[in-house]
Amino acid sequence: MAHTSQFCTFYLDKLLFGVELKGVQEVIRSLDMTKVPLAPAVVSGLINLRGQIVTAVDLRRRLELAPRPAGMLAMNVVVRSEDGAVSLLVDEIGDVVEVEEDSFEPPPETLRGSVRTMILGVHKLNDRLMHVLDIEKACQMTDVVETAAAGR
Amino acid sequence: MSDSDIVQDFLVESYENLDRLDRDLVGLEKNPHDGEALAGVFRTIHTIKGTCGFLGFNKLEKVAHVGENLLTRLRDGQLTLNPELTTALLGMVDAVRQMLKEIQATGQDGEVDYPELRANLTRLQTPAAANAGLAPPSPPAPVDPKPLPTPEAASPESAVARETPPVPAEAAPPGPVEAPAGPREKGGDSNRKPARGKIGGVLVERGQVQTSDLAQALEKQEHGDRRRLGEILVASGSAKPEDVTAAAQLLESKLHDVAPETIRVGVDVLDKLMTLVGELVLARNQLLQISNTVEDASLQAVSQRMNLIATELQEGVMKTRMQPIGNIWSQFPRTVRDVALGCGKEVGIEMEGKETELDKTIIEAIKDPLTHLVRNSVDHGIELPDDRVKAGKARAGRLILRAFHEGGQVNIEITDDGAGLNVERLRKKALERAVITAEQAARMTEREIFNLIFLPGFSTAEKVTNVSGRGVGMDVVKTNVEKIGGTVDVQSTLGRGTTVRVKIPLTLAIIPALVVTCGGDRYAIPQVSLLELVRLEADEVAKGIELVHGAPVHRLRGRLLPLVYLNQELNLAADTRSAAENDGSVNIVVLQADERQFGLVVDHINDTEEIVVKPLRKQLKTVKTFAGSSIMGDGKVALILDVLGLAQRASVVTETRDRALVEKATASGAAAHDEEKQTFLLFAGPGDSRMAIPLSTLARLEEFPVAQVEMSGSQWVTQYRGQILPLIRLEVVLEERRHKLRALQAPPTAGSGPIQVLVLAHEGRSFGLVVDRILDIVEDKADVKTAATRASVLYSVVIGDRVTELIDIPAILRGADLNAKQPGLARAAEVAN
Repeated sequence: MAHTSQFCTFYLDKLLFGVELKGVQEVIRSLDMTKVPLAPAVVSGLINLRGQIVTAVDLRRRLELAPRPAGMLAMNVVVRSEDGAVSLLVDEIGDVVEVEEDSFEPPPETLRGSVRTMILGVHKLNDRLMHVLDIEKACQMTDVVETAAAGR
Repeated sequence: MSDSDIVQDFLVESYENLDRLDRDLVGLEKNPHDGEALAGVFRTIHTIKGTCGFLGFNKLEKVAHVGENLLTRLRDGQLTLNPELTTALLGMVDAVRQMLKEIQATGQDGEVDYPELRANLTRLQTPAAANAGLAPPSPPAPVDPKPLPTPEAASPESAVARETPPVPAEAAPPGPVEAPAGPREKGGDSNRKPARGKIGGVLVERGQVQTSDLAQALEKQEHGDRRRLGEILVASGSAKPEDVTAAAQLLESKLHDVAPETIRVGVDVLDKLMTLVGELVLARNQLLQISNTVEDASLQAVSQRMNLIATELQEGVMKTRMQPIGNIWSQFPRTVRDVALGCGKEVGIEMEGKETELDKTIIEAIKDPLTHLVRNSVDHGIELPDDRVKAGKARAGRLILRAFHEGGQVNIEITDDGAGLNVERLRKKALERAVITAEQAARMTEREIFNLIFLPGFSTAEKVTNVSGRGVGMDVVKTNVEKIGGTVDVQSTLGRGTTVRVKIPLTLAIIPALVVTCGGDRYAIPQVSLLELVRLEADEVAKGIELVHGAPVHRLRGRLLPLVYLNQELNLAADTRSAAENDGSVNIVVLQADERQFGLVVDHINDTEEIVVKPLRKQLKTVKTFAGSSIMGDGKVALILDVLGLAQRASVVTETRDRALVEKATASGAAAHDEEKQTFLLFAGPGDSRMAIPLSTLARLEEFPVAQVEMSGSQWVTQYRGQILPLIRLEVVLEERRHKLRALQAPPTAGSGPIQVLVLAHEGRSFGLVVDRILDIVEDKADVKTAATRASVLYSVVIGDRVTELIDIPAILRGADLNAKQPGLARAAEVAN
């Protein structure tokens, strides 16, 4: 039997994404957020997670998806990155799924741009594809710094 | 434990050992016959050598080995430590340190195996080479490998010293001495604990063993008796077994005393604790708030107790992050020695207040600036030995480091007894470099001129050495110290020496800050950058804010203060214009950034608070306007403004400090006359006349609604802080009596605006002076005076280029008949108290 791994899944603009469960610290409802002026646009703000100040990254913006419709409250998927906890803002939380290694496939060549670096590939589930997100890449902001000024 | 863990432990331990080696070697150089210290040095090198042999770092082992050989000779008295030997040994320490770094980075001990260093160390092992040249005359070293008995061999001390025979030595296993002779550890390990060999000394000291018996026993040991000293003594009947046991136990306990009761804790663990305590404090605050609204005695009792515990816990956790400043000072003897040797000077270093504690982050931040200041003092401050003798000083210079707590801050002073700073030379230099103008130079005080050395590119060294004199040091020192909220100041007496004083906050983790609101969000401004707050009322805004080709400025005491709008700088939404929220009034926070002042316009000024600083994550490190974040009392996050970053963004401060320099020089030029200056409160008196009182006489500024003004006879009074405050109206006292109108004695017209009152204290009594309008606070020499033209006016002076009447307070009190006629009022006040 092939190795299986567990993924925490969530939705972004109707697409199914997954991050490895062991990288996820917790999932929480939307929290009071403090905006950070002049910050890269993908940074939604700072949240107080039990005394720890955590940066919230708008994953829709990060993955260059359409902006979240007004009025839709985001959920926080708090993941552990190299630089401490980071909260990823997602639309909706899905199930925890267990997938086999051989259902994985790298992204098609036609997926281009900076998004490609953040999507490791997809797991072919029965009814749909689950995008596997690279937590470190998604939390790294080095490539968005230049766009910060332009974004505002 | 994995291999890498072992290597990691080895590295941590070795780094600490090397730091101690630096210290011990420099100490030994001064006192080469300190056998204990020498043994310590030997042991350290031996341990490093042993461990790296075990871990397979052969190159490192080779270097340590030649060092150990040399040390063996020193320990055995065949060589005497001299500067050349010390330099060679310190070179070895550096090489070892270099290789440790290599191991840390790559896991290998590197390619270099230091053949020259090893050759040098080997060469120095021969006494002739080691003691040649610069060494002070030392007795010819014996070639006999066995240590010679010194004349005082009979004394317990030297007997003790001989208890550690070089080879063959026996590793004495710890434990009670009379332990049955079982399988015994053997081997050439001369790495003995210092205290263990001293059992003979203890026994002699207690009178339980005769010195001669001890000497005999030692001799036996030297001649190959492998038993331990205690056993020999007991066997020969010179000592009672129980005495030996007791002595061994005493030594054992002393040994434990030597090892401090500490454990190693990762910094991340402490940081986590700090975070949790911060959160606990927050929860406590909320609990306290709730318990105050609920009428429940037991809840209140519990929350009070929790309050105390949380406060104590917070202090305790803060303490774990505190480190004595001695930790960074410990490397200075070595630094001083190297620099002094490099420039042919003799310098002794003294330290006071080593135990003064500072937060870990601060300790790290001031390490480099302090090192630079120390090097600088040796290189620039202290003169060459011959020059010192000519000046009537001791050949060796003194460098004194002092640290002490004062007013919630830590002061660190670096004092040398060198040549001092030459004011005239500094002045000349500053003029040459066109840092200041001739006029400024003439006006500047000594202290201001001393502080010129902190300007970039300003070096006083006649010649540039590789240590200092390149003019890049002192300004970096200043910048780095200021970055952590500290200040640097220099004082000097020509020919007597220089003192550099660094003042730094105790901790960076918790700082006082002013909390402001802008665009609906709160921002914290560190108090260290804050100068003052100015509020312009709606009707003053048009006059108070002027434009210089579109750039807004405010005249603050006659000088133009550039204004920076926080909402514009932060690109906050334009609909939260401050004007709309504050009925048109403007709040200006006057800030200092890198010698420049600017006014930050914010929507609302909340309060000052002690905030816990949390650094920003990597994702936000690029945003230079913020220094960190903090959690406020309500659990929300607020950003901490980086005043310097903000100033740079707003172009208040540019890379070139030219303007600041000029400004500073002008400002300090003006400040030179501080002694003659006074600060006045300007106000508008009756008939829009311009009047002033010295600010020192003012207790408070108050505003009373007309409804609160009551009449006591014809006197206006009001109730103020439980007292009756007489209100003196200038128009009443200033008018000639014959002109006094009845209307003036009437109560104030209801419905008119609130009255402005200066609360003054005179001869222990308070009274209020009703004025039309408060104008400003100014600093002026006020030296152009003319005699007063009317009563109650001291004289007319020119303040801020306009004629102003200076009020004569005692005269006013007389005019208002308060002094003489109102004992009743005074009594009433007493009763009210």
